[in-house]
Amino acid sequence: MAASVAEDAQGPGSTGPNHGLRIFLIWLPIAVAADLLLYFVYGPHMPPGQMSNSAQSQQFDIKVMSVLAAPVMAFVLVFMAYSVIVWRHREGDDEDGPAIFGHARIQATWITVTAVIVLFLASFGTYELAWPGFAGAGAGEGPSPIWKPDGAPLQVQVIAQQWRFTYRYPQFGGFETTNLMLPVGEPIQFNVTSLDVIHSFWAYQLGVKADANPGVNNVAYTTARQTGNVTVRCDELCGLWHGAMFDYGKVVSVAAFKTWAQTTEVQLAAITKMLPPYSTTYDPTVVPQMSKAMVKAGLVGGNGYYYPPNDPVQP
Amino acid sequence: MAIETQPDRAQGAGGGQPLGRSGARPWWRRPAIHTAIVGAVIGYLLGHLLGDYLTGATGAANQYPNVPLSDSEDWPIVLGYVFAIVGWLAGLGVFNDIFRQMIGRPAAYNGNGQHEDGGLAKYFRYSLDHKVVGLQYLVGMIIYFCTAGLFAMAIRTELLSPVHHVFTSQVYVEIVGEHGTMMMMLMSSVILGPFGNYLIPLMIGAKRVAFPRVEALSFWLTPMAFLILLSGLLLGGFPFGWTGYAPLSIQSTVGADSYAVAFGLMGVSMILAGFNIIVTVICYRAPGMRWSRLPMFCWAMVTTSFLMVLAAPVLVGGMYMLLMDRTAQTAFFASRLGGSSYLYENLFWFFGHPEVYILALPGFGIVSEIIPVMCRKPLFAYKVAGAGMVGVGLLSFFVWQHHLFDSGINPDMRPLFMLTTELISIPTGFIYLVALGTFWKAKIRFTVPMLFALGMYFNFLIGGVSGVFLSDVPADTTEHGSFFVMAHFHYTIMGGLIFAFMGGLYYWLPKMMGIKLNTTLGKWQFWLMFISFNSTFLPLFAVGMAGQPRRVFEYALNLQPLNDWVSISSFVLGFSILLFVINFVWSTVFVRERATANPWQSRGLEWQVASPPPAENFDQIPVVLSGPYDYGVKDAQPVADLHPPAGVLSAAISQSAATRAEA
Repeated sequence: MAASVAEDAQGPGSTGPNHGLRIFLIWLPIAVAADLLLYFVYGPHMPPGQMSNSAQSQQFDIKVMSVLAAPVMAFVLVFMAYSVIVWRHREGDDEDGPAIFGHARIQATWITVTAVIVLFLASFGTYELAWPGFAGAGAGEGPSPIWKPDGAPLQVQVIAQQWRFTYRYPQFGGFETTNLMLPVGEPIQFNVTSLDVIHSFWAYQLGVKADANPGVNNVAYTTARQTGNVTVRCDELCGLWHGAMFDYGKVVSVAAFKTWAQTTEVQLAAITKMLPPYSTTYDPTVVPQMSKAMVKAGLVGGNGYYYPPNDPVQP
Repeated sequence: MAIETQPDRAQGAGGGQPLGRSGARPWWRRPAIHTAIVGAVIGYLLGHLLGDYLTGATGAANQYPNVPLSDSEDWPIVLGYVFAIVGWLAGLGVFNDIFRQMIGRPAAYNGNGQHEDGGLAKYFRYSLDHKVVGLQYLVGMIIYFCTAGLFAMAIRTELLSPVHHVFTSQVYVEIVGEHGTMMMMLMSSVILGPFGNYLIPLMIGAKRVAFPRVEALSFWLTPMAFLILLSGLLLGGFPFGWTGYAPLSIQSTVGADSYAVAFGLMGVSMILAGFNIIVTVICYRAPGMRWSRLPMFCWAMVTTSFLMVLAAPVLVGGMYMLLMDRTAQTAFFASRLGGSSYLYENLFWFFGHPEVYILALPGFGIVSEIIPVMCRKPLFAYKVAGAGMVGVGLLSFFVWQHHLFDSGINPDMRPLFMLTTELISIPTGFIYLVALGTFWKAKIRFTVPMLFALGMYFNFLIGGVSGVFLSDVPADTTEHGSFFVMAHFHYTIMGGLIFAFMGGLYYWLPKMMGIKLNTTLGKWQFWLMFISFNSTFLPLFAVGMAGQPRRVFEYALNLQPLNDWVSISSFVLGFSILLFVINFVWSTVFVRERATANPWQSRGLEWQVASPPPAENFDQIPVVLSGPYDYGVKDAQPVADLHPPAGVLSAAISQSAATRAEA
């Protein structure tokens, strides 16, 4: 793209060296080398890796955009470097430069080329977002998602509160745990919600990021491709201990996950009974059966409420 | 054509003074900053007492149920701030003329030929001279910038280690909030305030701005916004950064009131400043100053002003609703009472995205002004440059939800916002077309302003391209809320706006003060700042991509080497700013080397008058004869006829009136 611009810039009737061609010849190897390195050498290692299909989609997008961006940046930088070296002011030369007010063809080319790149990127991004293989690319899609994976995904509820994530597994009796355990190769649906302020659930290696809004169920999909550890961090400033709001999840084989889920369901059965019934959102100030159960169990901090029922003061 | 109907009479003095009998009184009896401080303190005490009375803390009849709410503590603070603002303005003498007219006496300032007397004292008064206001803004902005910069140093100090902490988490989030908010709200006027107010009348050939009182008021609100924001530290700070997302901001302790009042107040200041610039440029251009001859800096200022006037009211509204939620128990943003936290996010970013272009466009304007002069060539593709500014300004209102891609709000609208966000890179790219075209076969002089302009183009390229990565939803899912975003907007704002500001300062200070800044120190500052800036923020893209969220004080151990590198670079960056402050103070206070009238051989109209400009800018309203960028044009006409023969103006006016009558 920059080639045509550079050649046009030569303009008709100019004298002296062909600056446009020179800039083009400097730019071309740099752009080609940068693109090859970015796509083939650095590309497979780009963040956030390939642990899930959504991470894969993000890595692919970053890769494609890097490949498009590198030549553009290289063109501007080569042009600027060439200008400051070749067209610098020489001692004793007090004449003004040539009075060039514009060049219709170059302007039109520039606008066309940038418009084509931009429109390509927009349609590429939309395709990546909507393609069922990536199913919303791991981003939070709100309570009624439109881009979903095929089949019935495993439901994992992420409950964020200051400054902890807990997880509920509704398909296993709705037990609540601080351990995030996920099966490999199966579509997973995260239902992300918050009990107090806005948090954001960021499972880095899985390429999942969804804001946890109070009173809202924010859905995100992913399918893990490999087993391994997952870092979970809060990605939205949520108060004093935002920086310490992180934990680690694990992606394990389907069989190991089933065993773990069923064992934990049995282990936690007594506590699960005390929890409010599974729901997409929770209101921490109005959980009567929970406070009753907690009072019975001797846990009466805050009168059985997380906060006083009026406007809560931040602890 | 915007020809004044009676140019010689309508445009009176460039300055004035609210108190007519000014010379008669000693300085301490005239309203100035010291009376303003007294007014603010009295106002705060009154407001605080009123708040205490309303909430029953003074023992009077309690109007609200006495429950342990943060709200009952918020009333005295908020009312204290509001009354302090009123007291501050009253102490400054802002209302004096209004009251004089109310009781039937003539206003002290009538727009004719009253000028500031006295040397430094006028800079501490409510002066109506746009040149005084410009310099007030300049010094104010440098103070605000350095204060917020110190907070940044503190952040980087804490991030030297993920396990050993310098600050508690409480202090750390306070610092993060103060740094972000102070930079984002006060730096919105860093170029429009000093350079816009000072130079626009000079650039368009006017003797004054359209609304001197509004302009002066817009400045005198900024110290109050700054102090109120800082006072938040005394109240325990606010733990929610510059975005102030509800419900965190509703739940926070009283420090959050300082955030909402200060940010809302700065919104008002932006609206006022914007209106003044818009009307000045539209209505006060000299004859012959067609839109096609308007300097690119004026285009940038007009576009910025439109963004301010259209976006800031949304901020003021949002902050008002936030304060109501915090004090009067409304529930705009509390989802369990029928409100929505999304509403706040929408309001905030509907302001917040134009805001970042309020920060970017002035930088484009300054570099577009510097490069033709230093390249000795006309600005390449003038119309494209103007279209770029207007295009960016227009599109900036249609992109705000790209800040909320992962929030679950309107997921089906994301492709639209992805499209608009990527479209905005087309007009932004125009700025580069203009630059590269201007460099083509130029004779580039590496003066300090030109170095800063080149640095700005380099930095903004990285900032702009990384912005395209953020506009793509899948890629944004990795990058959102991480240090990648942080690096991106520091490249556009610090690398773009502040580099352009520095360039503009070295370029225009000889005009504004008649004093040259030291060139050697300037070059040192540039190279130190340029290298350490890139060394600070380039690694942060990698840090963000590696999974470090913003505003954390603990991070993964394996990221410590990179974070340490960044912290040390940032200290060097801080030192380069210190060099600037030293240069600024040294050159303007101690050395005071007189600048020649037109040190850059610029064709700009502002350079055609003496430096610093005379009290009324121009003896007569000039007649503009040609464009400001006609370098290298053989037999180019001078920019303007500064002493048009008598009768020329009236002839032109009657002619245009006749054309209008025919139309």
